[in-house]
Amino acid sequence: MGVQGGWPPAMNIVVLVKQVPDTATERKLSSDDKTLDRAASDGVINELDEYAIEEALLLREKHGGEVTVLTMGPDQATDSIRKALSMGADKAVHVNDEALHGSDALQTAYALSRALGRMEFDLVVLGSESTDARTGVVGAALAEYLELPQLTLAGKVDIEGRAIKVQRLTDYGYDVVEAQLPAVVSVVEKINEPRYPSFKLIMQAKKKPVEKLTIADAEIDAAKVGLANATTETVDFAPAPPRAAGTIVKDEGDGGTKVADFLAEKKFV
Amino acid sequence: MPHGLSTEHEELRRTVETFAREEVAPVIGDYYERGAFPYDIVAKMGRMGLFGLPFPEEHGGMGGDYFALCLALEELARVDSSVAITLEAGVSLGAMPIYRFGSDEQKKTWLPRLCSGEALGAFGLTEPGGGSDAGATRTTARPVDGEWVINGTKSFITNSGTDITVLVTVTAVTGERDNGRPEISAILVPAGTPGFSVGQKYSKVGWNASDTNELVFDDCRVPQANLVGERGRGYAQFLRILDEGRIAIAALSVGLAQGCVDESLRYAAERETFGKHIGQYQAIQFKIADMEARAHTARLAYYDAASRMLAGEPFKKQAAIAKLAASNAAMDNSRDATQIFGGYGFMNEYPVGRFYRDAKILEIGEGTSEVQRMLIARELGLPT
Ligand SMILES: Cc1cc2nc3c(=O)[nH]c(=O)nc-3n(C[C@H](O)[C@H](O)[C@H](O)COP(=O)(O)OP(=O)(O)OC[C@H]3O[C@@H](n4cnc5c(N)ncnc54)[C@H](O)[C@@H]3O)c2cc1C
Ligand SMILES: Cc1cc2nc3c(=O)[nH]c(=O)nc-3n(C[C@H](O)[C@H](O)[C@H](O)COP(=O)(O)OP(=O)(O)OC[C@H]3O[C@@H](n4cnc5c(N)ncnc54)[C@H](O)[C@@H]3O)c2cc1C
Repeated sequence: MGVQGGWPPAMNIVVLVKQVPDTATERKLSSDDKTLDRAASDGVINELDEYAIEEALLLREKHGGEVTVLTMGPDQATDSIRKALSMGADKAVHVNDEALHGSDALQTAYALSRALGRMEFDLVVLGSESTDARTGVVGAALAEYLELPQLTLAGKVDIEGRAIKVQRLTDYGYDVVEAQLPAVVSVVEKINEPRYPSFKLIMQAKKKPVEKLTIADAEIDAAKVGLANATTETVDFAPAPPRAAGTIVKDEGDGGTKVADFLAEKKFV
Repeated sequence: MPHGLSTEHEELRRTVETFAREEVAPVIGDYYERGAFPYDIVAKMGRMGLFGLPFPEEHGGMGGDYFALCLALEELARVDSSVAITLEAGVSLGAMPIYRFGSDEQKKTWLPRLCSGEALGAFGLTEPGGGSDAGATRTTARPVDGEWVINGTKSFITNSGTDITVLVTVTAVTGERDNGRPEISAILVPAGTPGFSVGQKYSKVGWNASDTNELVFDDCRVPQANLVGERGRGYAQFLRILDEGRIAIAALSVGLAQGCVDESLRYAAERETFGKHIGQYQAIQFKIADMEARAHTARLAYYDAASRMLAGEPFKKQAAIAKLAASNAAMDNSRDATQIFGGYGFMNEYPVGRFYRDAKILEIGEGTSEVQRMLIARELGLPT
């Protein structure tokens, strides 16, 4: 797939990007259909996806090739596409259809796999989880749909020829996992430091191609996506309770004892 | 009338805003305390292309415009003025004279490095004997055997003594005009040229993480080809550079003024006295309202001057008004913000204390407020 001649072969990389509500603003679920009220907060690119984009750009710098951004989301998701293109991605594919509203993680993975089925790629890079829904399953589900190896929680990626080697971060250190391209890789924050877009790229971004796909274009089965067909259901929701005020210990010579008592009371010590 | 920034300008503004908050704010206080130059921040700004903003891509620039530079300066100065002035001086004093007036050879040699931010340039006009009366330059450059022999001293020159400073363009008397007045030209002196030494490092009231030095030229020789622009046009050239630079300093001042509003809003919602947040007292609210009004009007003034400049219209008066109003706003806002912070405002660990110390120079550098008033009066046709 996608080998363009020359050695090392140029890589076609697809980066998955999700637009999420800004974590700095208050986020709300809409009471009508228990989906996220996207109008209520500013949309930004999912933070981990910036690391995914950076990794794709670094791999392109090393191996040559092209970086394509793929997103599924409403009209406003164009903001995230522009940001990704400003960082240096070459082009974008935007899957946007009213029928997709309310799709859950599994359906999202299915829809993305259909869009990917129309594209030539050696590697799919995505964030290991989003900051809004945070299921962290899109990468795994997508790899299943595509019948490709998945290398998750990558803190380092090395590619030689058609072999990909990843340091998979774990609680105790890391595993080294290997696979053959094409493959799906999800990244964690430790992997790199995303670049800030330069003005030159910001200006070039508006001239880069953005392909818009409906579910018909991407041959996505309408019966398999959307709120009504979701495999999971949001039964109820409640806002997180406001944080209670902390306890301030004033040191009047016995500060240490008071802190120790507090910790003991909370069963920390 | 168009409303708001273009998508590209807005995206740049937001990018620099994020950069300033995430990369500059957490570390700059420490540099400031130590009076150290923030090389790693400058390198990051370079990688973002900030030093190449208004220059075409053929010279290594970003292909943007002067307004883009102003937006970047405003966002940086909202967090810190030392890094903002490093960018301002690097671009509008270091690289701009070469871009506007330099030979093809000079542009090829210097602009790519200056645009990348890996190297800094400086502009030396002010002398111990005076800055406002720039025509009274005492530094001389005599043509001898195909070279310029430079003698004299320059004062308060920004970016002139860092490890990455590669050149300073100086104004110098190169002869006498027919009318007996001195002929002033601009000459490029590479760092490290024998006879050119960087003198004392100043102990400054503010801008402590920026680089300001005295420069001494003692029989310093550079090739005749180092003349920047035409011989005898040094004075006229630098007037153009300063007209533009005023818009940039206005943008930087607006940033500082806005930074004072940002900090005051945060603190007013946090600090309690007599059982209430201080932001609930009208005395504090009115202060903050006035601060916001000053920042806003000053911003409009520099937007207007910049848009005239980009449209190729005369902008001298508007630039002077913008600089006058914005430096005023910065001064007033930093005083009010410090007041709102009470005793903490007088502590260096809070940004407002830094803003207070950094604001005063804005009424002095690149043309004092008196000079701006002189320019406005002259533009109004009042007798000189
Ligand atoms: C209560 C609730 C309401 C929701 N409401 C909506 C809604 O109204 N509209 C809506 O669109 N979604 C909505 N979602 C999210 C959506 O249903 C999926 O959960 C989501 O698209 C994928 O799951 P995730 O974000 O947990 O993915 P994760 O597995 O946590 O994400 C991992 C990575 O997958 C990639 N990725 C995830 N989603 C996309 C995407 N859409 N396009 C491209 N790449 C992607 C990103 O690279 C991301 O970093 C809602 C979710 C919940 C829980
Ligand atoms: C931190 C810092 C960085 C600087 N960076 C640079 C740089 O990179 N390059 C450079 O060339 N210079 C630089 N300067 C110098 C700066 O531009 C000058 O200090 C400024 O132009 C004023 O000149 P002066 O200090 O000689 O004051 P003077 O010209 O001596 O003025 C003294 C006072 O008299 C007032 N005054 C003067 N003439 C008149 C008049 N006709 N009518 C009414 N009032 C008048 C002035 O407004 C001022 O209040 C820098 C200065 C500082 C402090």
